[in-house]
Amino acid sequence: MSDVVEKTLTALPSLLSLDSQPGSAKLSSNSKLGNLIRGITELTSKHEEEKLIQRELLLIKEQVSSPNTTMRQMKELMVRAIYCEMLGYGVSFSYIHAIKLAQQGNVLEKRVYLAVSLFLNEGHELLLLLVNTVLKDLQSTNLIEVCMALTVVSQMFPKDMIPAILPLVEEKLNHPREIIRRKAVLALYKFYLIAPNQVQHIHNKFRKALCDKDPGVMSASLHIYLQLIQENPEGYKDLAPSFVTILKQVVGGKLPMDFNYHSVPAPWLQIHLLRILSLLGKNDQTSEIMYEILDESLRRAEMNHNITYILYECVKCIYTIHPKSGLLEKAAKCIGNFVLSPKINLKYLLKALTYVVQQDPKLALQHQMTIIECLDHSDLIIKRETLELLFRITNDQNVTVIVEKMLDFLRISEDDHTTIDLVGKVAELAEYAPDNEWFIDTMNTVFSLGGDLLQPDIPNSFLKLLSEFDSVEEDKKLRLFAVNSYISLLQGDSSKLPQRFLQVICWVLGEYSHLREDLEPGVVVRLLAKLLDMKSSSSETKCWVLMAMTKLCPGGAALALVHDVSETYSSSLDTMLRQRAQELQILSQDSELQAKVLPRSASMEPVEVDSSLSFLDGFVSEALAAGAAPYKPPHQRQEELSRSKLNLEPYGLSLPISISSCSITDRQSPTLLSISSGLSGDSTDFSHKGSTALKLDGVKRLWGRDGYLAQKEQTEEAPRIEAASAVRSADQLGDNNALNSQTPNPTPSPECDQEKQQLASSLFVGLASQSTPAELSALSHSKVTLLFSKQNLDVSACHVQKEDSVVLVVFISNCSDSFLHQIRLQVDSEELETEEYGAMWLAFSHDTKQNLTLIHDGRDPLAATLDVLKRKLQLHVVEIIVEAIVACCLQQDQPCLMHCRMHAGMLAVWLRSPVPDLPDCLLYCCQ
Amino acid sequence: MQFMLLFSRQGKLRLQKWYVPLSDKEKKKITRELVQTVLARKPKMCSFLEWRDLKIVYKRYASLYFCCAIEDQDNELITLEIIHRYVELLDKYFGSVCELDIIFNFEKAYFILDEFLLGGEAQETSKKNVLKAIEQADLLHKYGNVHHPNKNSKCWTLTFFQNLTIFVHGQT
Repeated sequence: MSDVVEKTLTALPSLLSLDSQPGSAKLSSNSKLGNLIRGITELTSKHEEEKLIQRELLLIKEQVSSPNTTMRQMKELMVRAIYCEMLGYGVSFSYIHAIKLAQQGNVLEKRVYLAVSLFLNEGHELLLLLVNTVLKDLQSTNLIEVCMALTVVSQMFPKDMIPAILPLVEEKLNHPREIIRRKAVLALYKFYLIAPNQVQHIHNKFRKALCDKDPGVMSASLHIYLQLIQENPEGYKDLAPSFVTILKQVVGGKLPMDFNYHSVPAPWLQIHLLRILSLLGKNDQTSEIMYEILDESLRRAEMNHNITYILYECVKCIYTIHPKSGLLEKAAKCIGNFVLSPKINLKYLLKALTYVVQQDPKLALQHQMTIIECLDHSDLIIKRETLELLFRITNDQNVTVIVEKMLDFLRISEDDHTTIDLVGKVAELAEYAPDNEWFIDTMNTVFSLGGDLLQPDIPNSFLKLLSEFDSVEEDKKLRLFAVNSYISLLQGDSSKLPQRFLQVICWVLGEYSHLREDLEPGVVVRLLAKLLDMKSSSSETKCWVLMAMTKLCPGGAALALVHDVSETYSSSLDTMLRQRAQELQILSQDSELQAKVLPRSASMEPVEVDSSLSFLDGFVSEALAAGAAPYKPPHQRQEELSRSKLNLEPYGLSLPISISSCSITDRQSPTLLSISSGLSGDSTDFSHKGSTALKLDGVKRLWGRDGYLAQKEQTEEAPRIEAASAVRSADQLGDNNALNSQTPNPTPSPECDQEKQQLASSLFVGLASQSTPAELSALSHSKVTLLFSKQNLDVSACHVQKEDSVVLVVFISNCSDSFLHQIRLQVDSEELETEEYGAMWLAFSHDTKQNLTLIHDGRDPLAATLDVLKRKLQLHVVEIIVEAIVACCLQQDQPCLMHCRMHAGMLAVWLRSPVPDLPDCLLYCCQ
Repeated sequence: MQFMLLFSRQGKLRLQKWYVPLSDKEKKKITRELVQTVLARKPKMCSFLEWRDLKIVYKRYASLYFCCAIEDQDNELITLEIIHRYVELLDKYFGSVCELDIIFNFEKAYFILDEFLLGGEAQETSKKNVLKAIEQADLLHKYGNVHHPNKNSKCWTLTFFQNLTIFVHGQT
């Protein structure tokens, strides 16, 4: 069977001789391509092929530029050029000719558009030359010409030129022929994809296309709707009943027979509709109208075994939309059939089980045997999908087995993409570790298998985990185990270990090898020194080695080794390496200083970083006093520099001054100071930065646009900062919390507090999402979102589906082991000025609007309603100017602004906050 | 759909259609990698691949591989049907299509593809309508009769093996 092509090629000469019968130029031209193809197949080496094609291309080049070449010949030349390009040779010289041909040719040559569409892509500059041709053809009365123009337009068209042809394409939506209407709709779809804002105004025409009497046009319009709904499902809820009706008609076989595909009515159309429905019904009551048709679709698809593609799409849809128990059961059964099927392509759909598993992990039990079988399948893809499924059902009991399977797979996988992905997953799962040994062993395998491909955050989080373990005893054991395992690794052949892994080893040995009492630091240093001599070690790894040596600080014979090493590298060309070597040299000679710089016991405590660089204040004010120019950030310097360059005025008095001022700032600003420019930022940007503005809270603003802020300026700055940060210390939430007194100092410094908060949120996000209260776990609920956390308390929210309603639940959870006696929830109002309110309003991105009913109790209804809100939400009224603006603050750094307006007897409330779910929660309280 | 490739069992590219703008260098790299990966797969393996962040759906018809790249949320099974419908269209147009038809009339194969898929989306799924559109355009080319290589016994049709595999499956 392998020689099928060869056999047929031997028959070619006779075929080609048939062609050369008298008659047409077309046939002889065809044989030119034939000759070329035959010529290529006869060749034996790649080199010969290249020679032949180059010759051919020269010939083509000559002919296309010749003025005597007829249109027909040109067209034939283009076909040959396309062929050469397909073989991988550059034919860019012919692009312009293809476009020229499209311009000049009459309807017979219009098919050369094809060449254009194959040669060029959207971004190509030559496409601009095509615009006029397309315009002309769109206006043509010839159906074929219009069709071709629309085809080329929907494949590629320069974005900027869309307005030029848009009216013509729009016009085609009313064309009497359905083929033109269909192509016009698809062209508009393409326009929408590349430049959505340009087709905004024709959305109602899309609706018309959706109602078109021709099913082809209607199904073309679904492409646009799928895209639109993907971007904004809320905006198209009203269309859901129409889509359901269309699907009903399609499933019911109401379409012409032409649209059947192997007796399935319009499968592509059905799949499109199902996808649209699943987007519309996601977490939404709209789903209710879909249940009936989904059931029907499923039933019909099941009757005919061949239409698994519809079944699959139905199942996906059923699991995406608002759940309905009866349907879920049917869908689960359906997936069960896929899994059990002997057909390999259906086995691949095993991954659909992940949907089922997310609803109810127990359902996976039914299929456990199949899953095990698939795990040992000879097709790696199936194996990979099975692992994906297992990854979703991992818990602390099965983690060892699943991770082992994944590592097995990693050992045979050759694809980088898969390796990176799987290694990340294993590292994620490894944190469910049943014991220390297993954890370290697993991570060792991850590092050695992942090599230098793995995501940099994996080693980082591993080291972080190692340094932050919470119980002292366990902690020590874990570290000791890691040290032991790394020592034995280094004693073996370490040249094969990836660089990242070596870096991890260096760090751990540097930090924790002292835990093993029988181990001389000298031994470790010698092992580390071996790494330095290895050719494969990168200079980054060498830095890590030197840092580890610095921490170890051995005495005795090893000291000489350390000395040698630091000597060697202190003249290295790599600056980092050099710096580390210098550090090592100095610290190894001065053990007192070493103990001070790298205190062994304190390595767990977070290092306080003075990000405002306040220790430099003295230096700066001294320099300023001595007449130095204030610091200017680089962009400002650049600006001034360019301004001075553009000074076109004749030589005058102003010139020397401007030159002197900017050249002085440039040279005199000490490089050290420029470090702070990133942190201090622009004072004018402050209010617009949104969430970043909050992060700046803790940092004392000493550096502004003009450098170090002198005392006078600082007093101006101070109130603003206080208003924004509104420091509410820990005792407000936890003053009754007896066990909370562990907090070292009652008023923690802002920097430290913030760091902790960040740490807490990064550590407890995972926990919060699992620790739903017991009452909730029985009900189905959406993903729990952590609103904010403070010390040991998390406030989270989620939607819960009850039998008859969806409820927003906000709950407080204690994420520490300590016992809380009493929690007093207090919502604080924040004192704000109108200006600040305005600035903050612009900065916050998450907003919600709603109308509330006013309360009438004799007084001014606005005041009355606000009073109630004030009491309920602890609001602080900022100002009432015709409208009212009020603000409240739930917690430190979590403000929420409210804007109320009387409108048609209702109170229009508009909430904004930097925290995504806060406005929703508050609004819920308002009702 | 991001792109479609047709290549022979020897790894020779027969047709390429890209629906996303890519540089020539990238196209070549992708083609080379994919052809290699797909050709290395055994017949009993499934028709899907995960490759970079795309899903690859491929199917072999006689000596030709049809290979499509789709995005994550797309339905793999229906993509197989797209390939199959395209083969059916070629089959109907050329009359039991074989690899040679596609080699020597590759521009026709492109026309049919353009009529069936536009910008990467199924445009017209009715077989009759696609062929009607192609024939109308063909009529314009007075001399443009389809050039058929002589179909004697030595030319295997694409669907021949398709039918054969179905037959073999039926047996087991």
